[in-house]
Formats: sequence, C-alpha cells, structure tokens
Amino acid sequence: MSEVVAVIDYGMGNLHSAGKALEKVASGQQILITGDADQIRAADRVVFPGVGAIRDCIGVLRETGLDEAIRDVIAAGKPLLGICVGMQALMAHSEENNGVDCLGVFDGEVAFFGEMQDETGSKLKVPHMGWNQVQQGMAHPMWAGIANNARFYFVHSYCVTGMSDDEVAGFCDYGRRFAAAVTRNNVFAVQFHPEKSADAGLTLLENFLRWQP
Amino acid sequence: MGLAKRIIPCLDVDDGRVVKGVQFVDIRDAGDPVEVAKRYNDAGADEITFLDITASHEGRDTTLHTVERIASQVFIPLTVGGGVRTLEDIRNLLNAGADKVGINSAAVHNPEFVREAAERFGSQCIVVAIDAKKVSAESEPNRWEIFTHGGRKPTGLDAVEWAKRMTDYGAGEILLTSMDRDGTKNGFDIALTRAISDAVPVPVIASGGVGNLQHLVDGVIQGGADAVLAASIFHFGEYSVEEAKRFMQNAGIEMRV
Repeated sequence: MSEVVAVIDYGMGNLHSAGKALEKVASGQQILITGDADQIRAADRVVFPGVGAIRDCIGVLRETGLDEAIRDVIAAGKPLLGICVGMQALMAHSEENNGVDCLGVFDGEVAFFGEMQDETGSKLKVPHMGWNQVQQGMAHPMWAGIANNARFYFVHSYCVTGMSDDEVAGFCDYGRRFAAAVTRNNVFAVQFHPEKSADAGLTLLENFLRWQP
Repeated sequence: MGLAKRIIPCLDVDDGRVVKGVQFVDIRDAGDPVEVAKRYNDAGADEITFLDITASHEGRDTTLHTVERIASQVFIPLTVGGGVRTLEDIRNLLNAGADKVGINSAAVHNPEFVREAAERFGSQCIVVAIDAKKVSAESEPNRWEIFTHGGRKPTGLDAVEWAKRMTDYGAGEILLTSMDRDGTKNGFDIALTRAISDAVPVPVIASGGVGNLQHLVDGVIQGGADAVLAASIFHFGEYSVEEAKRFMQNAGIEMRV
C-alpha cells in the first residue's frame, strides 16, 4: 500500500495549487484532497493549507470537527505541514478580525504588520507580497537541499510573533523580524507558499514527503 | 536582505492561444500558453499574468482549462484578468488554479463588487486593474482619469482617488496601466506610478510602455513600483527575464536571481 498524503479541504481558497505541487514531487504517494476527518486521521501525512481570514478558517475547522482531527494527527506523531493561514491557525491567538483564539498547538501570537517604514523612510506595503529571504534558524531535514536565505513567495498581512527561538525554523524580515517557519516534533509550518515558490518550494514539499520525524 | 521587486511577464490569451505574438528566438510555435508560461518560469519570472481577451462564452471554458494546465506545471503565482464580472467568475478561476484575479471594468461599473470579492475570497487574491490617462494640460498640476474600453471611454474618475477607494474596498494589489504609454516603448508614466504608489498601502504593479531595461529600473526607483509588468520586450526575445533581473540588480534593486 502506498502512503496517503491528505491535503485538508475546509472550503477555504485554492487547494489545488498545493495538491498539484505535491503531485509533481510525489514518488508513489497518493495525494488526497479531503475534508473528511476520518480520512485525515487515517492518512500517513497531512498538509494543512489556508488562505483568507482567520475567523472564517477557525470557525469552519471547529464546526466540521477538523480541529480535533488535526490535534489527533499531531498526537499520533504523523508529519503535519501547515501553510500560510494553516500555520497561523496553529498559534494560540490572532489579532485579525478583532481577535480570534486559534488551535494553540504553538504559543505564538499572530499580529498585523502595521504601519511600518523601510530603511529609506517610505511606508512598507501590506500585504507583504512577493519573494523574500528565509534565514534558517536551525538545521532541519525540511531544509535539505535548500540554501540558507533562499527566497520563497509570501502573501500575508499578519505574521507570527512571540515564539521561543528554539521552535523557529526560519526567520524573515519585513519591517520586523518574524517567524517564517516553525517546528516542534512532527509539526512543521511555514508562512510562505512552497507550492508557489518554484524550485525552493518544490524541494521543501519533497522533503516533507520524505520526512521521518 | 528583504523583499525582492518582481518581474511579471504578461500573456494575452484568446481562446486558449497566446496572441499579440510571442516569439522566443529559439522556439517556432510559441502560441501555447502552457509552454510560454513554463519558459518564463524557467527563466526566473517572479509571477505570470494572463490576460484573457476571449470574447465568446464558449471561450471562457477554454480559459479555465488553460489555467488548469498552467497551474499543474508552473509553480509560481499566476494572475488571471480579463472579463471577470461575477463572484462565480472569480471562484471558477481560483478553482482552476489562479492565485489572483484581476478586476477592471466590473469595478468601475459596480465598485461594491470589489468589496464583495475581497470579503469572500480574501484581499490577497483581488487585484484591481486600473487604466489611467493624463487629462491635465502641461501647465496644470498632474491629473489622471480612469478610462475603460481599452482607453476609449472616460469615466470622470480621478485615478489616484479611485486607487485609494479600491484599496479601501479590499483590493490587495493595484495593476496600473498608463494608456498614454501602453505600446509606445517610451517607458512607464513615472509621475502616475509615483502618485498611485504613494497614495495606496498595497503593492503596485507598473505597466504600459516598457521599451528597455532602464525603464524597469525607473519604474521601481523613481516610480516606487513594487513590481513591473512587461510583454513585448520579453516575448520577442529582445531581452530575457534573466538579463532584466541582472540589470535591475546592478542598479541596486533587490531581486530574486
């Protein structure tokens, strides 16, 4: 039986990109886009993507019971990859939408970029949109074959702060220093979109499919 | 270290074929949008914009199929614009694999559409495309107006005010085209680019008029653009995306190389 990689479908945004990119790098694994909690629990690996607003995201996860499925996957020690809002949803709390309690897998806070200026004094644009460098905070199998300070594609207006450095796998600078990748045990989550980050992103996804935490 | 400025090649697509001539030096038939998108991806393009100029209803299904084919083979962001009028149009394009959707005349006809779209799908995927033309005389302070129908129909809307309003309504990015410069190869309208970029909190893509690589540099440094869009200079192999990136980097601009 080949491994099953579940991509969690909870009706938020474009999951096809994540699925297509995983299919591109899979070697024998079956990529299953699903909103079924049992299928997610039964999968060998799970990808938790997300775009859009956090209140809707958390709301849908709670209504459908997928929040519990995610906790079960993590407790079972299976590799889980959070992407963008999927990473933010794993934090304790987000200040988006007047404040939303998230899943609390990590202690981090999700904060608005706010009014910031660059070195030259001009206002930084929000969303933080485009290719920025990720400084690797630790050696990790997910970074195999990816250069330190490689560029990944970001698009977000809120970012993860308040994490202890030993759980930050990668940092990014945009007006402030924020967590671009976090990890603990079998969980790895990234703020950028590996499925839209050309070769560096595909390498990261390939690493995830091989990762044995 | 920091966020790179983006180079975005733009493809005009009619009924599933790239038109307005894309002619890479070493490729004979460059009419297949998937092939062209892959070429630009391999050359280091930071995003691809796909402008659907298909008029017929049947053609729209072809467009969705084309977007699907590109999205399964090209792993950089893809923006699709042209004829987007309803929330269903947006949903279909996103489901087919577009990352962002460009809204142009539908926003002028019904500004609330932008607000609804941003609320439903998130600002990160809503790009408002603005076609602006200078309407002030040389002796007057600069003023630009929004035009529709390929620059033929004035709307009376002030371009700077309009851009601000669109971002208030939730646009996550502005694609700004100077109708005075489009197709001239004389460079971007720098004053227009600067006026819009300073007025809105979101990224601005400069478009219209690129004829050489210095124009790209000027759009970023003088115009304050976050990204530059060009078609013909890349399509006909005058310059490669790699060359453009190196040139911009040598001018002190942060690029993904």
